[in-house]
Formats: sequence, structure tokens, C-alpha cells
Amino acid sequence: MTDQTNFEPMVVGFTCNWCSYRAADLAGMSRIKYPPNIRLIRLMCSGRLDPTFVLKAFEGGADGVLISGCHPGECHYLEQNYKMLKRFLLLRKMLIQMGIEPDRLKLLWASAAEGARFAEEVTKMVETVRSLGPLNWSKVVDSNGGHATVIPVLAKEEVTA
Amino acid sequence: MKYGYYPGCSLERNAIAYQQSTMAIAKPLGIEFIEVEDWNCCGATEYFAIDALAAYALVGRNLALASQQKLNGDRNQLVAPCSACFLNLYKTDHYMAEDNKLNANVNEALAAGGLHYDPGTVKVRHLLDIIVNDIGYEAIAERVTKPLFNLRVAPYYGCMIVRPASIESFDNPEYPTSLDKLTHSLGAEVVDFPLKAHCCGGHMTQISENTALELIRRLLKNAADYDADMIVTLCPMCQLNLDAYQENVNKHFGTNFHIPVLYFTQLMGLAFGLSANNLGLGKEFINAKPALDKISSEPLKKQRRKKRPPKETLPMPTMPEES
Amino acid sequence: MTEERIGVYVCHCGTNIAGTVDVEEVSKWAGEKLKKDGVVVSRDYKFMCSSLGQELIQADIKEKSLNRVVVAACSPHLHEKTFRTACQKADMNPYLCEMVSIREQVSWVHTDKRVATEKAKALISGGVLRVAKDEPLEAIHVPINPATLIVGAGIAGIQAALEIADSGFPVYLVERDSSIGGHMAQFDKTFPTLDCAACILTPKMVDAGDHPNITLLTLSEIEQVDGYVGNFTVTIRKGARYVKEDVCTGCGICIEKCPIKVIDTNFEAGLGYRKAIYRNFPQAIPKYPAIDTEHCTYFLHGKCKACQLFCPTQPNSIDFEQQDEVIRIEVGNIILATGYDLFNSRRIPQYGYGRLANVFTSLEFERMCNAAGPTEGRVFLRDGITQPKTVGIIHCVGSRDKHYNNYCSVICCMQSLKFAHLVKERTGAEVYEFYIDMRTAFKDYDEFYQRVLQEGVNFIRGRVAEATDAARLPGEEGKLIIQAEDTLIGKQRRIPVDMVILSAGLEPRADSEEVAKKFGISCSSNGFFIEKHPKLDPISTLTEGIFIAGACQGPKDIPASVTQGAAAAARVLGRIQSKELALEPIRASVIEERCSGCRICNDLCPFNAITFNEELNVTNINQALCQGCGTCVAACPSGAISGTQFSDEQILAQLDGILSLPINSGKVKTLESVPA
Repeated sequence: MTDQTNFEPMVVGFTCNWCSYRAADLAGMSRIKYPPNIRLIRLMCSGRLDPTFVLKAFEGGADGVLISGCHPGECHYLEQNYKMLKRFLLLRKMLIQMGIEPDRLKLLWASAAEGARFAEEVTKMVETVRSLGPLNWSKVVDSNGGHATVIPVLAKEEVTA
Repeated sequence: MKYGYYPGCSLERNAIAYQQSTMAIAKPLGIEFIEVEDWNCCGATEYFAIDALAAYALVGRNLALASQQKLNGDRNQLVAPCSACFLNLYKTDHYMAEDNKLNANVNEALAAGGLHYDPGTVKVRHLLDIIVNDIGYEAIAERVTKPLFNLRVAPYYGCMIVRPASIESFDNPEYPTSLDKLTHSLGAEVVDFPLKAHCCGGHMTQISENTALELIRRLLKNAADYDADMIVTLCPMCQLNLDAYQENVNKHFGTNFHIPVLYFTQLMGLAFGLSANNLGLGKEFINAKPALDKISSEPLKKQRRKKRPPKETLPMPTMPEES
Repeated sequence: MTEERIGVYVCHCGTNIAGTVDVEEVSKWAGEKLKKDGVVVSRDYKFMCSSLGQELIQADIKEKSLNRVVVAACSPHLHEKTFRTACQKADMNPYLCEMVSIREQVSWVHTDKRVATEKAKALISGGVLRVAKDEPLEAIHVPINPATLIVGAGIAGIQAALEIADSGFPVYLVERDSSIGGHMAQFDKTFPTLDCAACILTPKMVDAGDHPNITLLTLSEIEQVDGYVGNFTVTIRKGARYVKEDVCTGCGICIEKCPIKVIDTNFEAGLGYRKAIYRNFPQAIPKYPAIDTEHCTYFLHGKCKACQLFCPTQPNSIDFEQQDEVIRIEVGNIILATGYDLFNSRRIPQYGYGRLANVFTSLEFERMCNAAGPTEGRVFLRDGITQPKTVGIIHCVGSRDKHYNNYCSVICCMQSLKFAHLVKERTGAEVYEFYIDMRTAFKDYDEFYQRVLQEGVNFIRGRVAEATDAARLPGEEGKLIIQAEDTLIGKQRRIPVDMVILSAGLEPRADSEEVAKKFGISCSSNGFFIEKHPKLDPISTLTEGIFIAGACQGPKDIPASVTQGAAAAARVLGRIQSKELALEPIRASVIEERCSGCRICNDLCPFNAITFNEELNVTNINQALCQGCGTCVAACPSGAISGTQFSDEQILAQLDGILSLPINSGKVKTLESVPA
């Protein structure tokens, strides 16, 4: 593991347009501070999240990815966040097979009223990723002849949302 | 059903009737109690105010023993019949889970005795909780062979089993009803006892007797106002105060209360047709016999047919009961 | 494709951004380092959204032939429209303008200026790469059907209906109950002026009932809502009334003759009775009675028919064979004004409601005060004959309490003051109000409070612990005792009273979640419908064409409900007048030649926009039904579905951009999450 003391995790966040992006807006309007390690991309709905985006983010140097959508039952598009939830659960299992700790991917339900919670959860997420250390996924895979190493201990882990 | 069992000091002494009746009804209900080996006092109610860490460690030891002895495999449920024991065990487990520092301190103390406790590994429950929720009212009603018809009972919970409200509890913290329903399923007439969750005075009898006597008086007066034949309780402290201090109350206030105070397990035993001797009956100060003699084998025909209320009477509320 | 010529505009927002982000540095950096990505000009300005700021962009578009614009400023939810419109005015396609939020996401949430500046750069880089992949789009124009559906005919719904109908457009006013008027029709007096609720409401009800432009549908429920703004198709189930509306004269003889009397749990709040054939009150609109089949002897046992026997009309108005009717209507806009439910006071057992006879809810007391109510306006105990000598009124029942509802129900303070006044006026009793805080904001409200104070009502500040019949002290026998901490004198107090009134809070309708789902809107965590913006748009929802008014959006008094009803109507009228509406062109579409016909996407659309063409073995997406969520885009294994404005290319380009600058550029201070 590289030097932990200077390590600043890069976290990419995907938010939906209606609840979670607005939660981020509200955190801003309420001047609630959170670590600058997160950079957000707005989607219309968390259902738009193609798992490829997450993998591309890890490949591109992200140490963690946050997916954020409306609370179950509050989706602006009625139920599309459930579809994202299914993808998320599968994706976490897949990450383990790819040698990526599943905790690097976090799902956060945040309503437009939960600015403080958004900030709090982002802070926790950044700290979780910080404790996991840098990922350098593309480099690790490249140096291993293009093969990922499955995380054995976690492979059997039951993933819960 | 198997449960770990923590009797606590009272049940070995003044509340021996509670112990006997609990054991007596366990069999017909199919409950097996496995006592924690080498358990110690729960510290009762005051010790927490004197030395919190020592108090938590005292209780922690019992939890550690219970978890170590794996009294019932993975389903590590520990039942305490005494309200104070229950509350202390329950809140120690809860606070240890909530407060890392407390957890570390308690475990440091436990380590001196070669013990360790991970909060959450033992699920602490009150006897009433398992009887109403695991056995259930219907199953209890099925076992009743001698229903307690015509006995008016004031169910008294005391203040400890469903509080503090911030901790999840098995009944409403302000106006619990599980004992009401249980008593009802035994065939008794249940009094809607307004002071059911008020304090009995606890150890105030030792510290400030006048305060305690006033608290006890209120409960007795209220039960009498409601024409209760007896008070039924689930806590050795409550039973002791209401029963043993009743004469003192009468002396102090010039009243003349004669309200027997029994444990709910004793009533259950009677309704199940068990012998009074096995239920510790007769150990109470205020003799329960006159009240128990009122029990009739048939439900009394409602003597006065329900009179139609005068036509100007406004109907009672129709909002549904809170389920 | 022509070469991208991108302009980057960094806003200072006064010191809002410039205080934490080195905007000059960012702008300079973008001009130099992003040149390779097509940036031809980069500027910073004090207030980009000002007319001068906009003109700056417009001038650049003209002079420097920009074809794409990135504005780094506040959240797009605030000013995206502003900047897109500005670009459009300079003849640039508005959808080639992107916003980057460096205020809500950078300057307001971070403190270290250097790190914040770096983050701003990264986000702008993402914006620049994304804008290069943006495609020129045209807004989708939809025609607006001039008819409006209003659900709920309480005061908010009636107000909205009258506003629209008076402007000459058709309204369908749908009400679940047998008559309109809502909760307001149950009240006696209204605060703070104490005018009689019926006197001010019934004329409006009559207007709504008679209006040529209003189609009144009572005993009716919405079954299904299809379509989208401008063109909704709504299916309504109109419940059978068993009374022919075209023949009935509303004479009321059937009600008089009906032998079955039941407790009226609805309109009389359980305090009074009605017949099995009934109308809520004599002036009910519509005036026709309805049969309650749950209690009607004919429906239960097959005989009686007293109502039919005595009906004087020719032909007979009673029709036992009447069936529910399913009606389909086409409307352009929908206003939901579904109101509230009263908090169930039994949930607080220590207040004794339902156990102690003389504990009443606020709604019961309203009925008691109403001259047309069960006691004809006289204040009695539950025995119906005794006047109370002391009355305790408990505020915040079920409100401002984490065990029940955290929110303030808004109306209870004023309502309780009104009750105190009415009790005094009608019985001369001693009144005690138990309150937490006295909230009498709004016009003439505090004056009313002062007046009630002058009338000699006692106020005790503290939450009530319990209301009990367990007497403890002399003078308490036979009374209800209210125990509360008086926080102003720091003492526990026990006040013996004859009657307790619980000022129960307002709750969302029990089925509000279900209704929200039907209309494609959402409820907040406390269950009220969510508005588009809590301050600036409290009447719209996030679903185009669906508006909300009155207490379904949150607890509200009558003036506020009327205001919202009128406001929602004004918004709808504006829509109707403009005849068509421009919608964001965010839609998914299928590239047919790539579609393999796997049908994975087919079950994903909750709006039924996706259909499968069996003949061509490809999937189609109906552009009019698509709402643009993009779930199908993400699901397509062949990449055959593209989502405009949120295409894979756009998102991945943005991702590349934001990842292009590392965070690891020195020591970053974190964990500064200080509560605001």
C-alpha cells in the first residue's frame, strides 16, 4: 500500500437530478462542510446509471464511487431507483471478482431535504475509502497481465443494501 | 421453548412466590429455563447513581456469563422476571453497544475476571414479554382450565419494564396493555387502571418513607376507586411495596385498604388449575384468599342489563384503537 | 461537424464563489489548459446572471463565433434556464450551454481555497468535455387541453375550481365524500374574525355546484391517470348514490322516514348520528342524499324501501339498482387539493381519548359548537346535558413530538384560542390552555390572542404528561386531572377540569402515498405531497401539469389554503392561455439498426413508453410518454438506446474531465463537517 499519510481519495458521485443532486444543493445552501474529495455527475435518475460508468470511474482513477438516488418509494420516475438498486447489488458482487473492495462503492438514498445527511454520508464515504487506501485499479490490472485478483475473503460476503 | 434465565436476588428471597409460580407455569407452557451459572446481583436501582462503571461492570458480568454459557445455542435470549434486573441487563447491553468508551471500560473490568462481553450477543427480555409475545394470548387462553371469572384485577406494570421510551420496548411506554390482555385471557375482569405505569416508590421506603407511602397510597386508592379485588404485578419491588407497606399506609393516612397484591404468574397458575401451594400463594402479607374466593366457575350473568343511555348522550369516540 | 468553439464563464457570485475559489486563476487556467479541448475564450465576472454578464456571453457568441458555452456558477437548478435563454437570444442552440456548479458543490461546502480552486477546475474540465458532446436540441412542444381536473372539493379545491371556471374554462371537480366543502364545512366559527364558516363557505359551494363550467363528481375517486402534461386521460369511478340526481329535488323526506340511525363518523366526527340515507348537512351541495349500503336495511336484508315508498317525485328518485359508473375524461392540467386527516388521538393513550368520556378531539368540539351539529351549538359533556365548569385545552396533540409527528400543525394554536373563546362565550367556564409555544403569526392573529388573554383564559406553558381520572388530591374527585409541567414557574401542576379538548394535529391523508403514486408525484418523509420548491414554487410538483393546493402540501389554515388554490388556478390558467408548453427534450430513443430485439428494456418503463414492434423485431419508445429517466438507456446491452442530453458520450466525457485533475495536490484539510 502506498503512503497513506498523503493519500487523498478521489470519489466520483453519481446523483439523480431530483432528490440527491438537490440534497447536494441544499448542503451547499446550508453551508454544511464536507471533504472536497468528491466530484459529482448529475444524471436525470439513478436508474440512468449504467454500471459501466462505475467501472470507467475506477479505471479512470477513482478510489471510490458514490451512487445516490431518491429514497425507495420517492423516485421521481416512480420506481427506477429500485432498478438501480438491483444493478448496485450485482455490481458489488462483481467488484469483488475484479479485486475491488465492495466498500468502495456506496449507495446513498438522499431526499432533497437531506442536505445535512448528504454531507455526513459523503464524509463517511471519503473516510471509508481513505482507510481502504488508493485503488490504482487500472495499474494493478495492467501489471498483472490484464487479470484482476478476486478478493477471496469477501467473495462469499452477502451483500446487503 | 428454551430461554436463559436470570432470577436475581429477590426471587430467591422475598419474591420466592414469583419464582415458584414462574417455574410452575413454565411446564404447561412448554418453556424451559436454564439458569445462568454463578450469576451475581444486578446492582438494583441505586447503584448506577453511585458508581456507574462498577454498576455496569456488575451487570456486564452476568451478560458475559450468559453469552459464554450459550444457554440456548445461538438464540441467546436471557429472561429476567424482576423489572429492575431486566432493566439493568437490558440497558447495560444497550448502552455498551451505543457507547464505545463504556464498552471498553466494562470489558477492561470484566477482563480482570477472565470474561468478555460483546454487546448485542445476548437478547435480554422480560418474562411478561416472552409470555405474551412468544407464547401469545390465545395459547394461554387455551390452557386455562379454571377461568378467573368475577375477579376484578388491576394490572400494575410499575415504571421499569417499558421505559425509558428511548429504548425500544415491547409495549407502549406510557400506557402499556399487554398485562391487561393477558389477565383478560385468564377470564378475569380487567380494571382500566390509570396508574398502571406509575412508580411504586421503589427503595424510597428506606430513604424517605413518607414519600414512598404517598406513592403507594395513590396506587392503592386508585385501585380501590376502581373496585379492584386485587392488584396483579410483575415486579418484586412493586409487590413488596404495595403488599408489605399497605398496613403502614393505612396507619399513616388513616385509611383501610385491604388489597392483595399477587404476581401475574400466580394468577396464571390458578387459571391453569395448578395447586395454590406450588404457586407460593399465602406468602403475601395481605391475604389474597378472600379475593380469590370471589372467583366463580361461571361468568356472572350481567345482573343489570345494560341500560340504554339517555337519548341526549353523545356517542363515545369512534376513532379506531391504536393497534 | 464544425469545430467546437467553447466559451467558459466563471462567476464570482459576489464573494459567494470568489471568497473560496480563486476565480481569476480558474478562468485563466481554463483559457490556457483547456484550449486543446476547444476553449477559445474564458472569462470571469462578478455576477454572470446579471444582464451585463449575460450580454458578455452573448457578445462572445457573436464576435468569437462560439458554438458552445460553459457557465461555472451556481446550481443548474437555479440558473440553467437563464443562461440557456441568453444563448438562445444570441442565436446559439440553448442545449449547447452547460452549467457547472462551483457554488453549491465547491465554495459553499469547502473551506480550503487552494483545494476548492482545484476542484472547481476539475468540474469545469468535466463541463467542457461534456459540452463538446452536447447536441443541438429543440424543446418539445405539447398542446394543452383547456380542461382541468381538481381532486378534492374542500375550500382549496373549490377556490381553484371557481377561479378557472370563472375564466371560462371547463373544470372537473372530483370529491370522495357525498358533498363538497371539506373540513371547513364541519367548522362553526373561523379564526381570528369568528365569522361563521357556513356563512362564508356555502355561497362558494353553491357557486361551484351551479357553475356552467364546473362538472361536479361526488362520491368519486380517481382510478387511473394516463398521459402527460397537456393531455392527461383520467379514469374516475363515480360511486353509486342510489338516488337519481336528475329527478331528486332534495326535499329530504326520505331522510326523515329512514328508520336506521347510525353514528356519523365522517361529517359529525363520531359525535352525532345520521340516517342510512343521508346528506352531510341540510345545505349540502349537491343536495341529493346518498344511501349508505353498509347500514341500509334494504341492502342488508332485502326489505324496507321506506325511502322509495315515501319519495314524492315522479318518477321515483330512489334507485336501488344504481351501479358505480366509470368515467374517462381528458384534461390538460390537474390540481390536487386532497386535504388532511386528523391525527388519531388514541395514539397517545395517556391523554385518555376513547377511555375517558369527557376527552374530546378538536373536530368533535367543532361539531359541538356548530349550530347544525349534534348539540345545536351548546357545549356539553358527553352526557349531553351538563355544561362544563372548567375546560382544559391541550395543544400540539400529535404534533411537535418525535413519537408522532415532528412538524407543527400550524392551525392548532389559533384553533385552541378560538375554542377558549367559544367555551367562555357559551358556558362562562374557566379555561386552561396547555401550550408549548404560542404561534399566532399572520394577520390579526396575535390580536386575537391578546383578546383571549383579556377574556381571562389561563395559559400554562408546558407539555401535558397525562389526562387522568385518578384523583389524588382533594378537589380532584370526579374530575379529569391534567398534569403538566408549568415551565414558566418550574412546577408540576395538576388542574382538575370537567372537559378536555385535544387540539389534534393535521396529518397527510392515510392514502396520500397511494394517491401520489397514481399521479406520479412524491410525498416527503412526513407524508405530505412534495412541492417543486418549498419557497419559490409551493404549488407545482416535479411532475409537469400536476399542481397541489391546500393542506395536502402541508398543514395550513383557511386563508393559506384559499391562496394556494387561487395560485394553482392562476398557474393552470397561464398554461391554458399559452395553448402549448415547451418541455425539456430529454428523451430516450431507439437506434433501430442496433436493436437486437432482446426486450430487456421492455419491462423497465413505468410510463409505458416502451413498446415492442413484433414485425420488425425492434423496440420503440413513444417520445410523448417518455419522461427521460434513462433507465432503459443504461440497461440496453447493445447500446441501441440513446438518451438525449444524458448520452453515454456526454457522461463519460464529463467523467474523464473531472478525473483529469488529481485531488492529491498537497495536504487537504478534511473532516471539517461543522454543523451549519
